[in-house]
Amino acid sequence: MSELNELSSTEIAQRVTDGQLAAADVVAAAFKRADAVIAGHEGLNIILHCDREMSRKAAEETATRIATAEPPGLLSGVPVVIKDNIATFGLPTTCGSRILDGYVSPYEATAITRMRAQGAIVIAKTNMDEFAMGSSTENSAYGPARNPHDPARVPGGSSGGSAACVAAGIAPVGFGSETGGSVRQPAAFCGVVGVKPTYGRVSRFGLVAFASSLDQIGVFGRTVNDAARGLESIAGVDPYDSTTSDAPVPEYALATTHLADRPPADKKRRKNPGTRELSPKDPMDLKGVVFGWPKEYFPDNLDRGIRSLCERARDRLISLGATFRDVSLPHTSLAIPVYYIVAPAEASSNLARFDGVRYGLRATSDFGLRGMYEDTRSEGFGPEVTRRILLGTYVLSAGYYDAYYRKAQMVRTLIAQDFNTVFNSGVHLLLTPTTPTTAFEIGAISDPYEMYLSDIFTATANLSGVPAMSLPIGRVNKLPVGGQIIAPHFGEEEMFRAAFALEQALGLEAHS
Amino acid sequence: MSVTLKDVQHIAELARLSIGEEEAAGLMGQLNDILSHMDALSAVNTEGVTPASGVGAGGTPLRPDSGRPVPLQNPISSFAPEFRDGFFLVPRLATHETAEGGA
Amino acid sequence: MSHEKFEMVVGLEVHVQLKTRTKAFCGCSTDFGAQPNVNTCPVCLALPGALPVLNEQAVELATRAALGLGANLNSISIFARKNYFYPDLPKGYQISQFDYPLATGGWVTIGQFADGQPIRIGITRVHMEEDAGKSIHDRYTGASAIDLNRAGVPLIEIVSEPDIRTSEGAGSYLRTLRQILLYLGVSDVSMEEGSLRVDANVSARPYGETKLGTKTEVKNMNSFSAVEKALEFEFARQCEMLSRGEAVHQQTMLWDSARGEARPSRTKEGSHDYRYFPEPDLRPLILSAEWLQRMKDDLPELPEARRSRFAEEYKLGSYDIETLTVLPELADYFESAAREANDPKAAANWVLGEVMAGLNARGCAVDAFPVRPTDLAQLIRMIQSGHISHSAGKRVFAVMLETGKLPAQVAAEEGLLQVGDDDALVQWIDEVLAENPAEAARFAGGEKKLQGVLVGLVMKKSKGRADPKRVNQLLASRAGS
Repeated sequence: MSELNELSSTEIAQRVTDGQLAAADVVAAAFKRADAVIAGHEGLNIILHCDREMSRKAAEETATRIATAEPPGLLSGVPVVIKDNIATFGLPTTCGSRILDGYVSPYEATAITRMRAQGAIVIAKTNMDEFAMGSSTENSAYGPARNPHDPARVPGGSSGGSAACVAAGIAPVGFGSETGGSVRQPAAFCGVVGVKPTYGRVSRFGLVAFASSLDQIGVFGRTVNDAARGLESIAGVDPYDSTTSDAPVPEYALATTHLADRPPADKKRRKNPGTRELSPKDPMDLKGVVFGWPKEYFPDNLDRGIRSLCERARDRLISLGATFRDVSLPHTSLAIPVYYIVAPAEASSNLARFDGVRYGLRATSDFGLRGMYEDTRSEGFGPEVTRRILLGTYVLSAGYYDAYYRKAQMVRTLIAQDFNTVFNSGVHLLLTPTTPTTAFEIGAISDPYEMYLSDIFTATANLSGVPAMSLPIGRVNKLPVGGQIIAPHFGEEEMFRAAFALEQALGLEAHS
Repeated sequence: MSVTLKDVQHIAELARLSIGEEEAAGLMGQLNDILSHMDALSAVNTEGVTPASGVGAGGTPLRPDSGRPVPLQNPISSFAPEFRDGFFLVPRLATHETAEGGA
Repeated sequence: MSHEKFEMVVGLEVHVQLKTRTKAFCGCSTDFGAQPNVNTCPVCLALPGALPVLNEQAVELATRAALGLGANLNSISIFARKNYFYPDLPKGYQISQFDYPLATGGWVTIGQFADGQPIRIGITRVHMEEDAGKSIHDRYTGASAIDLNRAGVPLIEIVSEPDIRTSEGAGSYLRTLRQILLYLGVSDVSMEEGSLRVDANVSARPYGETKLGTKTEVKNMNSFSAVEKALEFEFARQCEMLSRGEAVHQQTMLWDSARGEARPSRTKEGSHDYRYFPEPDLRPLILSAEWLQRMKDDLPELPEARRSRFAEEYKLGSYDIETLTVLPELADYFESAAREANDPKAAANWVLGEVMAGLNARGCAVDAFPVRPTDLAQLIRMIQSGHISHSAGKRVFAVMLETGKLPAQVAAEEGLLQVGDDDALVQWIDEVLAENPAEAARFAGGEKKLQGVLVGLVMKKSKGRADPKRVNQLLASRAGS
């Protein structure tokens, strides 16, 4: 690992802007690191597509653009990796599925356009569970991905490839997508920071839909600041996504910077129109911040190691001035049943467009159009996707809609109300474990429902739309453990500040 | 409620998935197992609760009847499986069946 | 045959394409006639990751249509996905509305009962949805060709109550509905061009029965008269079955215009399970009370109101009114000519006569008619003021139609302007009297009935330009007593 691989996104952007560092060199170092990682572990299988020449050119173009840009881009010259379900020019977008093998999107996702405008260099599309359906990145048509901390184990999923790339030092920032925990859970398994923004914070235009009312593009960072910078570069209203919010985007990157390290006030910096004035408070000062400790997230059978790491994180936060309160979110246990009705239902409809007519795989069939449809979809979709399409079709079909789909959406309302109640009672943030276990071995979980339980602490945030993030809080048996901070709708700035303070307070403890 | 083999065949047909008999039996078991965990929902009192939509508050934003569509960087022919004279081609409908839908 | 024992019960589902510039959920053009698949983009091709954004104008036109039908607009309506596979349905679902439509209720008046009560056909609902593309089956052997230019064009579906009792009633309903939508300016409403499509739900029941019989759905009619014929056919078929004691099966029938019969469609019943659920890519459509009020205030005058106003304001006969109001443009044409000429009777006569003849002969739209209402009004005024005679007016109109010139210019160029100048008239009179001494003498001797003959001779001498009124006056002054 070279020095360039260890630079944070802030350092890269700063040095590239100041002309001390060539973006092309950073990108070259990223590829070199990728080669080493892949060679070292007989292939972690975390990258699906990359194009060195194209990325090098992009880096050079960025360099010339930056020389004249004012203010400088948030991600100038920063190499980033993208989950393979976000549409990009130049590289395929396969969603880890055979049905989109070789498909190159003729348009680009809003989030990608935005990060490129901030100087980011897309260096790779990363492996994932097919159509984001999974919690281990084992469900990829292109083979399972492996965890850089232990190649016998899964990196988590479904955004396992991006999480592993950031953990392996290939890029300081990566992008994934969340539907039920697909960024936070692999972040926890890989020992990096993973953020699921508020629903509507980031445009979904160009994110291949799994479950539209739950999907949200999320960010991985090696540090809290990396993730904050990544989110700031893509957040905001989009006229091409009817579900985005026009709430102003705070300066997340500055909110996660020590006061002493912030650029002087006179120095020009990027500002979104209508940006809220940044809190002048030192991010390390958590006086007045009230954390909730929700009992449903700390069941009696919770892994002792994970519990004690959460308690250590709590103690660190308290030492920074925060207070803790026991709270209850009584409908938490219903999140998985609700999730596994709502998400497959929407997925069954979202995946109907993969029919072999306009793009992607088309199977040849002797049985006319009907045969073409059925063979294309049966050959194109893997077993988990097939299972969820069937489940979703079933819960929406005549006679079952009310008992399953409608009922689940009502319970979903109750889950969202749990959060509202707690956040309206003077609690600012919640601290919980991100996952009930550390990274498991490849092939260890074969029962679908047992796999679904990986999302038990994360799906609630997707169902209610609130932002949440995972950050490393230590290790159990050498494997990373993630702590989760959950915030009210559009409370990302406070969430980031607290996460930054905790990260700083833990220091090396976060990775030991 | 439990899913029967006939249900599996029916929903597979609706979803345009071809599923063999053996596979159908396996899927029936899995679906029933998954759905058994969903029974917890039926015990929840949801009287008077509005079903969630999850898509945020307020009305849907409206687009002016002008402007341009998002352009395609590569032509349709670059990604279509079968494209001739500007048309997508599909196997001819076996019995000249009509659309099930009704626009 | 014992059809007399049975009553026809019909409800119609009418799909109407809204006249927007771009599609319902993307910026693609709605122009038809373009090369296949040219008006497409990531959204209407349903490329992975694309999302819909609702067209403001589609909402406005749909709202106007619903208001024009007297429907109640729902302040919150919800888009839903209707899931089914078909190659011209790119997403595998149609964005429609289901349990929370744009509007409910309303009616269309299609005539009067003997007692003068209006015959009203109830409207169940009006909802917004998107059109599918087109499948072409006869172009390539073994393959169907898909054109998605039409995919995503905004539609409204207008569902009627099963209030229609005869095939003629269905025809009247459709013609009245079409006229209302034309007046509202929301659609081209052409069945031939596919901007209006009709599906019919038909059932038969014994007279006196209040329960509805089992219905069939009849599709694929391409004109209003085809709808009427298809209903007659299907009703007769059902009556025969019922008379034989057989049960009618709920199924979809396809009308074959060439053969004049309806045949069951091959689509399997039971495979209709559309799995509707709220469209998660769109938030609810919320219409504010102020906006709705503004839409109501801006609503154009509808055919019924216009007809009663024409009767009251212009004192025209009902047949004339009926004809003048068939098309809103024609009614507009008449009104502006009538107002400018300040002579509704004359304007009506001209529009019903020369203008309609000209429109029919040319087969052109009212808006493209070369004689504009202002020009017609001028012509009428010239006749009123005696600048030209009525018969000269018809010639002027004919030339205006050919050349597009203004009436004054035509009248002057053609030498049709009436001469009211006494010097010229007296000269013509003198000449006529001199050329016809016998008549002149008898006229001078008191034979007043000869005045008409003399006026005719003066008119002839002046080639029709003499103002006959003044000629009469001048001659009268010379008559013997």
